[in-house]
Amino acid sequence: MTGEDARDRVERSNRAKTLVIYLMAMPETPELARAAVEAGADIIEFGFPFSDPLADGPVIRRAGERALAAGMRTKRCLECLAETRAILDRPLVPMTYSSLLDAYGWERFERDAHAAGATSLIITDLPSDVRPELRRVQLVAPTSTDERLQLAAGTTDGWLYLVTVTGITGARSELAPTLAPLAERARAVTSVPLYAGFGISKPEHARAAADVVDGIVVGSRAVEAAERGTRELSALVTSLRNALDDA
Amino acid sequence: MTSTFGVYGGRYVPETLIPALDELEGAWRSLAGDESFRAELGGLLATYAGRPTPLTRVERFSPDKRMYLKREDLLHTGAHKLNNALGQAVVAQRLGKRRIVAETGAGQHGVATATVCARFGLECIVYMGSEDMRRQAPNVERMKLLGAEVRPVEFGTRTLKEATSEAIRDWIANVETTYYLIGSCVGPAPYPEMVRELQRVIGSEARAQILAAESRLPDAVVACVGGGSNAIGMFFDFVPDADVRLIGVEAAGAASLGSGRAGVLHGARSSLLADEDGQILDAHSISAGLDYPGVGPEHAFLRDSGRAHYVTATDDDALAAFHRLCETEGIVPALESSHALARALDADAELVLVCLSGRGDKDLAEVLAR
Repeated sequence: MTGEDARDRVERSNRAKTLVIYLMAMPETPELARAAVEAGADIIEFGFPFSDPLADGPVIRRAGERALAAGMRTKRCLECLAETRAILDRPLVPMTYSSLLDAYGWERFERDAHAAGATSLIITDLPSDVRPELRRVQLVAPTSTDERLQLAAGTTDGWLYLVTVTGITGARSELAPTLAPLAERARAVTSVPLYAGFGISKPEHARAAADVVDGIVVGSRAVEAAERGTRELSALVTSLRNALDDA
Repeated sequence: MTSTFGVYGGRYVPETLIPALDELEGAWRSLAGDESFRAELGGLLATYAGRPTPLTRVERFSPDKRMYLKREDLLHTGAHKLNNALGQAVVAQRLGKRRIVAETGAGQHGVATATVCARFGLECIVYMGSEDMRRQAPNVERMKLLGAEVRPVEFGTRTLKEATSEAIRDWIANVETTYYLIGSCVGPAPYPEMVRELQRVIGSEARAQILAAESRLPDAVVACVGGGSNAIGMFFDFVPDADVRLIGVEAAGAASLGSGRAGVLHGARSSLLADEDGQILDAHSISAGLDYPGVGPEHAFLRDSGRAHYVTATDDDALAAFHRLCETEGIVPALESSHALARALDADAELVLVCLSGRGDKDLAEVLAR
């Protein structure tokens, strides 16, 4: 994270919780990302599609299939990231799977992603003890031991991604009861900001999560809204922003 | 201390699964040397599964060289898969897990898993691609008879690749109560090593049997390779025997080792059918059990080291060998094993040992439709 981004994050954290919106890389993603930021998103996660996304539920899996069918291979995703960077000054974080980096070259991917405007990376299937030299936002889950929380917090890049549920991505009716105890255990070992994702889709979830974490990540629901266009995405982001600001 | 095989293997999974893999690895390390575990498993293999399986000389099938088949087709449930399923079911019980999930391609691993779950009174959920359910309908019925729930997987290729992904997703969501009983020497550590150790019984028996029959080691050992569990089980005890050629036979349309590249799938780095961007490609084979774009990481290691060689057989090669074994020996082989038979016939060797990994009853509809 650059110094400017870090200051921006601190300023924002004084007045509000952070809202992270996940979008699957598509030709129209730059415009969608701008709409999301104008409606109140602070960080955009930028999905690079993978054919076999183990941690993803049906919404993101299908979005990935569409993206691949639309030609969103690694190089095109990096171009799309650069196009987004050209019109946005918010943090952009590519999120993908190990197979893409292994094929592209791990160091080359990191270098080219940063050159295209990436703020950090999230690699869903790369546990924090594997390739620790790759700077990235680490994920922890309700099943993570305290030892693994410490390991992830010690190596994470800027913030820690709390997976709220023991499960895969996708909207759920209630906020998982496993989030609060996970957040409490994470607070005990680290002072980095904690953002929670997986299963957060509604303003009620956002409000409830804001009680225990510093920010939220909305993925599947945002992808569904984005598929219907900028207006629907803006409406969703606005409702989440308002819920966080009222919390 | 997760095991790797050279640059292959490892653990490429979401964080949620890491504690479960640590727990499994710890349990496996202590059980592997535990006398009571070995005695329990050995007893089950002898009295329930039907081990040791015989070695059969096939003179009419192979008149110009001495060929022996290791008869895993005669194992209970009709394939080598039971060796692994029994072993892992005992591990699951030691871990206190009562819910089992598994994936299946040809249905043989699903049947083996459903069988051991019935035997131990465990809940059993098997994920199977809808295309494979069509191709292997008798095995779907068998799993249901045995009390398993078969969940169709209706997306992507509708075959083993997607079934495996869905089984892993189920495991991620239910990891605290559920044991993932993987069917081949693939997946994150410690699975590839554990499955190899459970399948090693094939090669250790066969090595002693052929020494007893021929007073020497074979020139070549041949096995089919999908994920690669019967092959790794057959090969492993022959690895130190440098003069014994190890030949793995892949389906021509699913040659992860022959025409693949390094990549990451289902939790491990291995040789895969993938494009230059790391996107996984579709495999194509008449045999549902070989229809998988990945392979066990240890096979990729054995290939790179030159210790084992990997060749291919086409659908037509496999079908010809299938018919020939039926007509000359009165043995109906699985289509998977028929790939190994095809290449064993033209192997440049005097004494050949082939793993007949399964029987072909499940394949009759597919064969008769040709």
